[in-house]
Amino acid sequence: MLNKVVETFDQAVADVPDGAVIMLGNFAGPGGTPFYLIRPFYLIRALCRQGAKDLTIVANTAGGIGLTLDFDDHRILFENRQVKKVIASFPFSTSPTRPSPAEKQILAGEVELEILPQGTLAERIRAGGAGIPAFYTPTGMGTVIEKGKETRDFDGRPCLLERALKADYAFVRAYKADPMGNLIYRGTQRQFNPIMATAARVTIAEVDEIVETGELHPEVIVTPGIFVNRIVKVAEDPGFPRHLERDFGARKT
Amino acid sequence: MKERLSREAMAMRIARELFDGAVVNLGIGIPTLVSSFVPEGITVIYHTENGALGFGPVVTAEEMEDKADIDLVNASGQYITPQPGMCFFHHADSFAMIRGGHIDITVLGVLEVSEKGDLANWMFPGRGVGNIGGGMDLAFNAKKVIAATEHTTKDGKPKIVKECSVPLTAPQCVNLVVTDIAVIEVTSDGLLLKELAPGWTAEEVQELTEPRLLIAQDLREIEL
Repeated sequence: MLNKVVETFDQAVADVPDGAVIMLGNFAGPGGTPFYLIRPFYLIRALCRQGAKDLTIVANTAGGIGLTLDFDDHRILFENRQVKKVIASFPFSTSPTRPSPAEKQILAGEVELEILPQGTLAERIRAGGAGIPAFYTPTGMGTVIEKGKETRDFDGRPCLLERALKADYAFVRAYKADPMGNLIYRGTQRQFNPIMATAARVTIAEVDEIVETGELHPEVIVTPGIFVNRIVKVAEDPGFPRHLERDFGARKT
Repeated sequence: MKERLSREAMAMRIARELFDGAVVNLGIGIPTLVSSFVPEGITVIYHTENGALGFGPVVTAEEMEDKADIDLVNASGQYITPQPGMCFFHHADSFAMIRGGHIDITVLGVLEVSEKGDLANWMFPGRGVGNIGGGMDLAFNAKKVIAATEHTTKDGKPKIVKECSVPLTAPQCVNLVVTDIAVIEVTSDGLLLKELAPGWTAEEVQELTEPRLLIAQDLREIEL
């Protein structure tokens, strides 16, 4: 019987080699609180313990932006000197007085940065998962993003060529999984997770709950199980402000 | 010193550009305030890059304990509230909405805006680094781009310039510039001064603006 459940986060990331390209799901954090919008951070911590080096990280941020320096996200991979390159749309801390470890390493030339418009980042990942090697987009023409890229006019509008992005591993965060790997998400939790799940050789999902196969309704599954290789359940509630008992779709009373 | 419009007053003026059923994405800063001043009888559908459409108001400080849920936030990192008709989606769909031209209006902050409507807003001044985020996609692809900004920098230098001196977010993308002293439309002939803050003259606005302004025939005081 197909069962992708892995017992521990350490087991799930044990085979990540030096030099791997790793996509990290999610987005950024709510302001005014020390909490980061839930990331696959138990997987990130496990990768930190595992120690693989020269990693290329593909994520919306480079970790540790703004008020979130107090909380673990992929900032710890930079602190642990595991990152060689980062591909992101929002790489820098919004607070000039609290530069992130990534910012210091990028400015010191120790880590390479490829900065992209967020939509181009998302579409390059989607293309990577969908077998599209490259696509044209107008976003970035006439800006620093255009540099070094092929350009071509379509219907009178100049566009640039963007290559697909693929990864060796994707760490994604979901709400519920079944042993086949089918995933559902909660609220605005989807973000980069569903597309990254399609674009990696090995996708590892960190989830709140694992339910029996058949329990997730086929109409609501967002990530089909074939895109997911390993599932690990979060053991302890990290204490985020959440109301899992509430249904966002409930009618107004 | 002449009195300038408050950030709230600028947001009120921008809110008058909204229309019933408009799909709207608001940037960080003054743009975020616009949602507080939507005219009565108008339903606006808000879009946020991190994957929600048609959500309700931001959770206030008093409501935080009861309503804050980490699975319901906007791209500025604020907790938001559910609303009937709301929907969730992933990033590729979210940016298909932006890049496919499905966003009617976006309101973005400004470092500099040029007389051709070039927008520069992603580099942090003085730090040599910046974040692009979703702003570049919005500037390139929203049907209407409203630039919301103080008319001059803290040092009194014009933010409306002939040519941008910092890296662009998008060339020739801005349709309307709303500042704390004027409303200016970007036209193919140049910048058209359409409205003035109370007590300001066209000459005074011109003095604080680098490129030459065209003056609208029906130039009038900003209505809030």
